[in-house]
Amino acid sequence: MSKQIIIPFGPQHPVLPEPIHLDLVLEDETVVDVLPSIGYVHRGLEKLVEKREFTEYTFIAERICGICSFIHSLVYVQGVEQIMGIEVPERAHYLRTIWSEYSRLHSHLLWLGCFADGMGFENLFMNSWRIREHILDELEATTGGRVIQSACKVGGVRKDISGEQLEGMLFRLKDIKKDMHNITSVFLEDSSVKHRLKKVGMLSKQDAYNCGAVGPTARGSGVAIDLRETGYAAYGKLNFKPAVATEGDCYARCNVRIQELFSSIDIIEQAAKKIPEGPIDVKITGAPNGEYFSRAEQPRGEVVHYVKGNGKKNLVRSRVRTPTFTNIPPLVMMLKGCQLADVPVIVLSIDPCISCTER
Amino acid sequence: MVILKMAATAIKSLFSRPATLMYPARPAKRTSATRGHIVIDPANCITCRSCQRKCPSGAICVEVKEKTWQIDRMRCVTCNSCGDVCPTKCLTMDPAYTAALTARGGVYKVSVAGPKKKEPAPAIAESPKTE
Repeated sequence: MSKQIIIPFGPQHPVLPEPIHLDLVLEDETVVDVLPSIGYVHRGLEKLVEKREFTEYTFIAERICGICSFIHSLVYVQGVEQIMGIEVPERAHYLRTIWSEYSRLHSHLLWLGCFADGMGFENLFMNSWRIREHILDELEATTGGRVIQSACKVGGVRKDISGEQLEGMLFRLKDIKKDMHNITSVFLEDSSVKHRLKKVGMLSKQDAYNCGAVGPTARGSGVAIDLRETGYAAYGKLNFKPAVATEGDCYARCNVRIQELFSSIDIIEQAAKKIPEGPIDVKITGAPNGEYFSRAEQPRGEVVHYVKGNGKKNLVRSRVRTPTFTNIPPLVMMLKGCQLADVPVIVLSIDPCISCTER
Repeated sequence: MVILKMAATAIKSLFSRPATLMYPARPAKRTSATRGHIVIDPANCITCRSCQRKCPSGAICVEVKEKTWQIDRMRCVTCNSCGDVCPTKCLTMDPAYTAALTARGGVYKVSVAGPKKKEPAPAIAESPKTE
């Protein structure tokens, strides 16, 4: 047995957009053990729920993450609405679905860019982000914010999309789809990309299930869990299937996200066809008294918001379990036995969002 | 052929305009919905302090006795929560982003009319000052 050495990876590393620290125990070039540690961007947002009114906390819940922001606010307001027994108008459900899918598109395109950058494919990185810019423009035109939409509120949504706007969005989505085909075929077919991703960071189906993997990390290993199938917002009325790949390597996880890009566009098109006319919000009175576990599918996997109120304006407890947090044990499993040079790609393959993880 | 596909994209990019906006030379893109910064119409403010209570970041401070309304642009998260609750609709969202600040405390303070609607006081907009 050769001598073991420890190499620190992060919190500052060229491939990491956010700070996570991994102590890699190496034997020669092979990783034999990984000790992850987090806690570099903790902001105490869960505690803040005691200081802000439950309606205003929507904006704070949204700021837990800068990428999957819309879905955070959606999950939070769903929890409060369930406690208070609010019936949200149908149109609001559809609008929430459309914006959720747009934020999934922009998150996945961002990830594809970061992933290409992690592999050293700079050109692909720039091209992915060029497409993402069009998605952000749509979000800005409809909600007013590029990444922090602030479109959800307890009892409905704050902005409406007119019929003309929706038609324009669908029209532009066709061009975006064409561009995406070009980019994603490079990810899936290019030999240098394949060489970098195939058989790297293997995670078996059983390991993924046992370690509690969620989202594309689980689906890339063949575990077909997708919270959208529970039918929150308007997902129950739309037709889609979770994207699954069975190989369990980085290529499979990339493949799952690319399939989801196209299924998101499909969901937006379906929702735009079915969206009913009507009000977009209801007036709310009183304050939540009770507790609820609210769940939804983020681009990175399942997010759980626990909210508890005591009938006053301020909630007493909020707890968030984010997808990256649950994906860290599977990441440790993937890293064991890999080569040091593959570590950046494997870490990026779970789409780490550390600001989410630490709240 | 994937290599050719990437080459085609590269050649197309070589002869097309940049995808990014040449920002300082050209104005930034804005839509009518863009949340840039909050502006107040001082003549209509009745100092009810709803905006102060509903601000998630505590950026707004209303002095009822002095009849002033102030916002810390550094703290403001441009959520438009204040604009939603304002009973006289004197707070509106402007699509233009405010300039970046070099120091903490870019406080913007204005004198407002206050609850007496009969004689609205002249609005004196003070320049942003540093605390």
